[in-house]
Amino acid sequence: MLDLSKFQATGRETCFHGRHLDPQIYAGLDGTNWRLADYRARGGYRALARILGKGDGEAMTPDQVIAEVKLSSLRGRGGAGFPSGLKWSFMPRQFAGPKYLVCNSDEGEPGTCKDRDILRYNPHIVIEGMAIAAYAMGIRTGYNYIHGEIFEVYQRFEEALEEARAAGLLGERILGSDYSFQLHAHHGFGAYICGEETALLESLEGKKGQPRYKPPFPASFGLYGKPTTINNTETFAAVPWIINHGGQAYLECGKPNNGGTKIFSVVGDVNLPGNYEVPLGTPFARLLELAGGVRGGALKAVIPGGSSAPVLPARTMLDCTMDYDAIAKAGSMLGSGAVIVMNDSRCMVRSLLRLSYFYQHESCGQCTPCREGTGWLWRLVDRIEHGKGRPEDLDLLDSVADNIKGRTICALGDAAAMPVQGMLKHFRDEFVYHVEHKTCRVGQTA
Amino acid sequence: MSFTDATLARFAKEVAKYPQDQKVSAVMACLAIVQHEQGHVSREAEEGIAAYLGMPAIAVHEVTTFYNMYNTQPVGRYKLNVCTNLPCQLRNGQTALEHLCGKLGVQPYGTTACGTFTVQPSECLGACADAPVMLVNDRQMLSFMDNERLDELVEMLKKA
Repeated sequence: MLDLSKFQATGRETCFHGRHLDPQIYAGLDGTNWRLADYRARGGYRALARILGKGDGEAMTPDQVIAEVKLSSLRGRGGAGFPSGLKWSFMPRQFAGPKYLVCNSDEGEPGTCKDRDILRYNPHIVIEGMAIAAYAMGIRTGYNYIHGEIFEVYQRFEEALEEARAAGLLGERILGSDYSFQLHAHHGFGAYICGEETALLESLEGKKGQPRYKPPFPASFGLYGKPTTINNTETFAAVPWIINHGGQAYLECGKPNNGGTKIFSVVGDVNLPGNYEVPLGTPFARLLELAGGVRGGALKAVIPGGSSAPVLPARTMLDCTMDYDAIAKAGSMLGSGAVIVMNDSRCMVRSLLRLSYFYQHESCGQCTPCREGTGWLWRLVDRIEHGKGRPEDLDLLDSVADNIKGRTICALGDAAAMPVQGMLKHFRDEFVYHVEHKTCRVGQTA
Repeated sequence: MSFTDATLARFAKEVAKYPQDQKVSAVMACLAIVQHEQGHVSREAEEGIAAYLGMPAIAVHEVTTFYNMYNTQPVGRYKLNVCTNLPCQLRNGQTALEHLCGKLGVQPYGTTACGTFTVQPSECLGACADAPVMLVNDRQMLSFMDNERLDELVEMLKKA
């Protein structure tokens, strides 16, 4: 393959900038120390050894591991924020046949680029987290589904898996215990919808990634119809720290009901875009400061949790702390932790147009309200942006969004509708101006 | 289509990841391998993979046409995908696409007459803090691609 390394990211800007606050997952990384020996030097695989009774301290039973994760109040880092310990407890422990553990590394929520840095700079933390989770749920086989567009990261993860297998950290009778777990990497090939957990399962089964009805939930009918638990990459990466330091310590470094650190991808109009690992509950203003402040003007708006989250105006964000509950209370969602910052030169109609195009492009086509509705949304915003909007279009947008929401098998419908309604709620005047004057007030061109 | 032993060995390595009665799970990987070796996925290749995995050819075709990265038609020697989604757009992703198209004299999704370059806009590559970002031939991700670096890249690829 052609050497294009001079054009490739080094991670200095996004990960090794030294501006994390009390990092757990990104701590001590420099881009070269991703191998097994390095991870072990940082204390890696100590948590796995410990629960198996092969390290310091007493062995832990699967129930004890789940109890510790529950105590930590670790919540799913992929977007939904569901309590991980509770999810693990749903798995039928006595089920006789195969059960599966799946890591969702299909990171494609616009704005989000945190899992990529975990997987390429600290892959073993994910392997260890998955091995611990598998032990807790009595699972012997796992898959890590990796975003199609990050082939080099997939290759690195495969290398890390080989290292772990060779060292007896994956496979039969891990570390000489009775516990066995094998883990494989599965490479996606470009479909936003596969970040939805049941679409991901379909894709793993070699099909189109079209979401399934729930119920049945994956804990009873998952991969190949077997009980399955799916967590995000960052969720698994949090687990070794919780075992090493205890669930209580994890909880205490965040805030109640919002335990631990969270990696925020701060992108868009900031001076230092990148990933920032900070305790949940960190004020937004502090996070913005870590990312070098707003670039090119004053802060206008923030999409706080990936493109599917409703936009919030600057004044609301500046009063917020970055945690699940505070952002929900402000009318949006923490989602995947992608913080899309927009300055006052940005046109909200144009911004929404790009997002609406994305959702109609990525709708899997299974449910009529989403397949047709996302096209309606895109075409309506397109004509408003291009000076052909009608006064009634704003209510029509709202009505189409309403008719998608809650009427589809998966959350992509809601994800397409929420940005529209958020924009109309907070920046309606810009849309009205576009309709009335057939032009943009802000005048953004690029 | 029949495959070489080397290709079949690559297929087998993927199939081995899944339970014995779930070979079909390797279809995405087999298609990606074929695309890597042949530049695109032809209907004949789909039929070959279908026979190898024991699944209907139409089920393979469904997969090829569902996922964004499979080339169902031949593309240029270098397929360049530039992310233009909102977070990238805020950091000149759209500008990068337009610059590249202008420099190479193609429309988005077009291929240069010499067959060297295909330029496509793409959805989120998951590297938003590195914007403008692009992907070369599905495998190599390039970051911070301002116009100057794009020019340099094009010159380098032309000579390669």
